[in-house]
Amino acid sequence: MRKVSKIRPEYVNKKGFEFSRWLDGETDPYLDKIEIRPKKEKKRPSYDDAEERKRLKEKLYDPSQNKELKIFFHLYRIMCVIFCLVLIGVLWATVSYLPPTGDADRPDNNEVSARYIEQGLQETGAVNIVTGMILDYRAFDTFGESNVLFIATITVFILLRVDKKEKDKESDLTIKEEEENDRIYEPKNDAILQKAATLLVPVILLFGIYVVLNGHLSPGGGFSGGAIMGAGLILYLNAFGFKKTERFFSWKTYKWICFLALSFYAIAKSYSFYTGANHMESGIPLGEPGAILSSGLILPLNICVGLVVACTMYAFYVMFRKGGF
Amino acid sequence: MEGKLMFWQNIPFFCIILSMFSGIFSSILSGKAAKWLNTCVIAAVGIMSAILFWFLLQTGESYTYMMGHFPAPWGNEIRAGVLEAGIALFFSIIMFLSMAGGRKKLAREVEETKHNLYYILVNLLLSSLLALIYTNDLFTAYVFVEINTISACGLIMIRQNGRTIEAAVRYMIMSLLGSGLLLLGICMLYDLTGHLLMSNIQQAVAVIVAEGTYEIPLLVIIAIMSVGLAIKSALFPFHSWLPDAYGYSTVSSAAILSSLVSKGYIFLLIKIFYRVIGFEVICSSRIINILYIFGLAAMIFGSLSAIKENDIRRMISFSSIAQIGYIYMGIGLGTRGGMIASIFHILSHAATKSLLFISAIGLTDVSEGKRPFTFLTGAGFRHKIAGVGFTVGALSMVGIPIFSGFVSKLLFAGAALEGGRKMLPALIVLAVSTILNAIYFMKTVIRLYTPLPLDENNQAEIAGERIQYSYITAAKERGYAITICLFVLVNILLGMSSQPVVKWIETGLAVFK
Repeated sequence: MRKVSKIRPEYVNKKGFEFSRWLDGETDPYLDKIEIRPKKEKKRPSYDDAEERKRLKEKLYDPSQNKELKIFFHLYRIMCVIFCLVLIGVLWATVSYLPPTGDADRPDNNEVSARYIEQGLQETGAVNIVTGMILDYRAFDTFGESNVLFIATITVFILLRVDKKEKDKESDLTIKEEEENDRIYEPKNDAILQKAATLLVPVILLFGIYVVLNGHLSPGGGFSGGAIMGAGLILYLNAFGFKKTERFFSWKTYKWICFLALSFYAIAKSYSFYTGANHMESGIPLGEPGAILSSGLILPLNICVGLVVACTMYAFYVMFRKGGF
Repeated sequence: MEGKLMFWQNIPFFCIILSMFSGIFSSILSGKAAKWLNTCVIAAVGIMSAILFWFLLQTGESYTYMMGHFPAPWGNEIRAGVLEAGIALFFSIIMFLSMAGGRKKLAREVEETKHNLYYILVNLLLSSLLALIYTNDLFTAYVFVEINTISACGLIMIRQNGRTIEAAVRYMIMSLLGSGLLLLGICMLYDLTGHLLMSNIQQAVAVIVAEGTYEIPLLVIIAIMSVGLAIKSALFPFHSWLPDAYGYSTVSSAAILSSLVSKGYIFLLIKIFYRVIGFEVICSSRIINILYIFGLAAMIFGSLSAIKENDIRRMISFSSIAQIGYIYMGIGLGTRGGMIASIFHILSHAATKSLLFISAIGLTDVSEGKRPFTFLTGAGFRHKIAGVGFTVGALSMVGIPIFSGFVSKLLFAGAALEGGRKMLPALIVLAVSTILNAIYFMKTVIRLYTPLPLDENNQAEIAGERIQYSYITAAKERGYAITICLFVLVNILLGMSSQPVVKWIETGLAVFK
């Protein structure tokens, strides 16, 4: 302690002390010494008067009052049309210069597609070449693509999801809203819709599952099958209302299905990318082409993509309808 | 293909997959946990990129990395060289600092239940930036451009008020137009060459050019790809979405959007020029002159709009337009020197613009959140660290030596001298734009350091309104102060040690082909 008190007066005279005082906001060496000053602000005319403000707005932004604005809008439209026509013309002209469709000498008829067609079955084990291409040859792109879907739902959540806390705040308003919300009066008990849905929904869902599971054998796959399943879910929701769907599909279900499907995709593909790049055997059997349990990782990946697509479609619908599951 | 890979060569893949996986993982976490995950992931990506950068500097060569069991034209492929690794390292540093600087504001401006969604967006944005940097395949690039666009849109509108929603809609429309043009370009290029892999397309394009067939489609392809990416990175006539998007979104978003997202697209454009079409072909087509002219126009008109602006954050946004113009002007010169200057300016602008956004938020915080200049008088005294940060950023943008902006201006001027007929306009516009920059930045700095007499309640009457001012010291906001200091340090490092950086860009560009 003694030492500190001895040093203190010396420290007070040092520049460091000045600096720390300036940093803490105690003194300011430059106060009142700066010569340059910004120009003084004139007192702005206040437009508090609502009528005055309205009149000004009309004068400025109403095309029928403001002649310049009117001319500008006219010009704007004309320029838009001209621009679009020019763009269409240029692209049209360009297309006519491109190599003709169906020509055997087309540049895209090359070793890349040849290998997909000739060796695709052997290398990926998938009878459906397209599935083999998107989920094995170019699986990285498809992973990116399913992330596009994921992030699209996230952005829709940000925009449309109504959170509980927000509701509580304006309790007065929300009760009224809740009453107007179609949810209370659901199910609407539309007999035709309900009967049709009872018949159709199981078929649609089964067909969706079939398309997903047979993605590597026949046309279809995760994206198309997922879309079918999503459509089935939406139909079910419309016929029987939120209360019924909530029993098996809530916000939590959505969250976990998406998370598990995408992380399985990420982990499985990381394994195969890593082994592939480091020239190791992946050790995943391809199975017998044509069998349902074949073509290695393609079947589970198709299921993942299908789940993500179905959830995405359903979540979009629910968000647009009432902003929450 | 070329024998066994070293373990460190897996790093680009690890970086991309780690940031993507963390985005997915954040969806089940709480906001706080997602925040920590995000911080750790950005730091991990930074450290890994630094290691990769170190190894690549020693070998000085680039290598390709097979994504899966199939070699390149059939499977996906990424490619890493010195330039890519360095840019990835730099981007993760800037992203880390931007997130750290805006964290407090984020907590206030975004609903608490949506915090984890914000971090999902940031993680996926990081992954898409990394993928754009490393990809060697045009279609992969397009997929990640999509992720980049959607997540940027989410970053703008997560602070929900009327202005940000409007800004997000504008951004979405313009940006999707850009994506559409890019996709059209990729499709037509595939039609002409039959490939999506960059190196294969380059060979095919060389054959096409030598034979003289498909001259017109090739020209249109170069044009629409350039215009598409120019729209997405807000080159002058396509900039109308920018001021609102940067000016009203939460501050981390604004910093990330201005310093990384637009730069990611520019880097992709440079990549397309060098590795897809070939730089000689690009230079002999006259598209590059159009970019040059738009760049010059942006330098003037961006600055003029910034001078007219009365809102500090919108002024910084308009200044971005001018700076993007510098970058396109450098690319448009069509010389090696111009390209080096442009890449240096990508770094310098990223470091400076995010510093400006982050420090502007401190200055408005002590002025009752008011953003017009009138209310900011003396804000530099009330929030000292933010004032210093803003001053450093402003000096760097104007081009005062020891800060990074000076070096990029010097490089641009040097490159312009080799530009032949393009020399004179470039030099004149550079000079004019510098003066305009000085006008609006120095005007702001002088206002920040003009003392404002306050009464005993820290209030003052300005333009007919009573404003409650406050004081914030560095001790109160330690994290924020450290962030600003680090930003200033990055800026000075870029400005003082420009020679190694320029040398790195040179060696990087040499193996970029």
